[in-house]
Amino acid sequence: MSSRSTALRTSFALDMALLRTRQQWILLLAFLALLVVCPLFLSDQVLTILTIIGIAIISVHGLNILTGYCGLISLGHVGFMAVGGYTSAVLTAKLGWPFWVALPCAGLMAGMVGLIFGLPSLKIKGFYLIMASIAAHFIIIWLVIQFREITGGADGLPLPKAAIGPIVLKSKASYFYVVAAIACLGTFLAANLARTRAGRAFVAIRDNDLAAEVMGINLWSYKLQAFFIGCVFAGVAGALLVHYFAFASVDQFPFIDSVWYLGMLIVGGMGSTVGAIFGAVSLKLLDELVTIVGPVLSAVVAPQAAAALALITRGLVIIIFLIFQPRGLAHGWEILKAYFRLWPFSHEELE
Amino acid sequence: MSFFLQLVVSGITLGMIYALVALGFVIILKCSQAFNIAQGHIVMIGGYLGYTFLAMFSLPIWASLLLAIAVAVVMGLLIERLALRPLVGQSELAIIMMTVALASVFEGVAVLIWGAQYKAYHEVLPEVSLKLGEISVPPGSLIGLCVSVVTVVIFLLIFRYTKIGLAMRATAEDLKVVQSVGISATTVYAVSWVIACVVGVIGGMLLGAVSGAAVQLSQIGLKAFAVVLLGGIDSIGGAIVAGIIVGVLENVAAGYLDPILPGGGLAQVFPFIVMLIVLIFRPYGLFGLARIERI
Repeated sequence: MSSRSTALRTSFALDMALLRTRQQWILLLAFLALLVVCPLFLSDQVLTILTIIGIAIISVHGLNILTGYCGLISLGHVGFMAVGGYTSAVLTAKLGWPFWVALPCAGLMAGMVGLIFGLPSLKIKGFYLIMASIAAHFIIIWLVIQFREITGGADGLPLPKAAIGPIVLKSKASYFYVVAAIACLGTFLAANLARTRAGRAFVAIRDNDLAAEVMGINLWSYKLQAFFIGCVFAGVAGALLVHYFAFASVDQFPFIDSVWYLGMLIVGGMGSTVGAIFGAVSLKLLDELVTIVGPVLSAVVAPQAAAALALITRGLVIIIFLIFQPRGLAHGWEILKAYFRLWPFSHEELE
Repeated sequence: MSFFLQLVVSGITLGMIYALVALGFVIILKCSQAFNIAQGHIVMIGGYLGYTFLAMFSLPIWASLLLAIAVAVVMGLLIERLALRPLVGQSELAIIMMTVALASVFEGVAVLIWGAQYKAYHEVLPEVSLKLGEISVPPGSLIGLCVSVVTVVIFLLIFRYTKIGLAMRATAEDLKVVQSVGISATTVYAVSWVIACVVGVIGGMLLGAVSGAAVQLSQIGLKAFAVVLLGGIDSIGGAIVAGIIVGVLENVAAGYLDPILPGGGLAQVFPFIVMLIVLIFRPYGLFGLARIERI
């Protein structure tokens, strides 16, 4: 899927590198610098949007590894986010653990639960697996409500403000830095995974699991690895979400969000790290647009129009992408890059 | 004992409605290999249509049913032509995501038209109830049972004795052979979506008559998936038997276990627990065909 850069690749290491040209390095450093300075001149409102986008990116990376790379479609991703969120919430609020210790624990716990619900994945796939993941979501949420002594049940659980060591993350900007750092780290790990042995095994399983098994790929092990890694991302994202609001409640993890995370993958482009970012950013921005337009529409048309608009636009966006651009924004981005690289010619010289 | 029997009887009436919803799902799956996640939302629309025709326009039951079926036919044709046909030949995930997106659009439309409020209309139903010894069947459930039995029988007869039914069974068997003998696959797809919408909307009206119409009615679709999995996803008879099994199990489990468990609400998750158990131990269901894959 990756575009053919004009730079001549003279070694295997260069061929496998994530960033090949000096231009790419400069762009990356400029972007990171922008992330560091942007809270200085952005309003809290914009920072909130960026933080939410960052959390979505982390979660979609997990889903991309599970669904985009390994082909295991999951509609229970938000359920695993809830596991991470509640693990972290209980550890910090009830046991008094610090935020930075609870966060990795949340990821691990979500990964473990992912392993349990990933167990049927060896026998089943496609639609059956979707059903298993839907079941996982509803059972997890039900358990959270059942154990109300620990989790606060349907009332929710208030949390202390997140803190790293002595620094309390009070302001929007400080929490933005944490989310941005973890999102960058997650993006690096996700991009790196694609060029490891495990990543290649995932792609082989996605393309044809029987053929992959015949080639000597241990399906059992790699499918569970995909579940574990994907759910770790989800758990971390869930924990970040819960701590951002300093409150954990089952309402933060509605089933429909699992659908949107898959929608982000569709819009962005399956099996591509860039696609996961594109999808998360564009659908979250669409949400923001809807929250701006919604009240206007409600005032003009009918009070319920805002809620209806959110549902209809999201559904329509997914439908339009499925019909007209099934390979997502990432594919469009590659075409755009190729257009500028080849300009003034329309296509590459055929050898 | 009468408590248990009461639970079983109301479970059977609920199960028949599950079976009706599951039937629509199985028909689409058999004919076009598309997993229709939006089936529950079609049911929800049916519930609201029932409210519109029965309560708002206060039409008689037969006229409401006919009007709702007409709406369902149009809906089925539109869905197939606009959303599903461009995806012929695409991956399974694309088709599933399409139905998921459709579900979202349906929910949006329902919110826009009916305002996402709970609408009850059980008072418009005639007062008939059945007494079997100590067990009583409430009027809504009784009508639901009758209509769903009649609907299921009608569709089984269509499958058995009409030409389009034969074409649909043949398409389910082998698409290429069907095309080579001159049967139009797109017609079969369109008819299967129409049938799915019709049974979904009827199921929705029946459920709406019992428990009122609300956006949450769409969750019935998720429960119907448990039914479909238990029965075997490609078996129409299996869907009916499994519908009754799940309906009865759910009612009995909720009736006996809810007082013990603090949070209650076991009826909501019970079908999912059944689903997971089926998926782990018998992924192809009670009556489904185990598929053998070759490279």
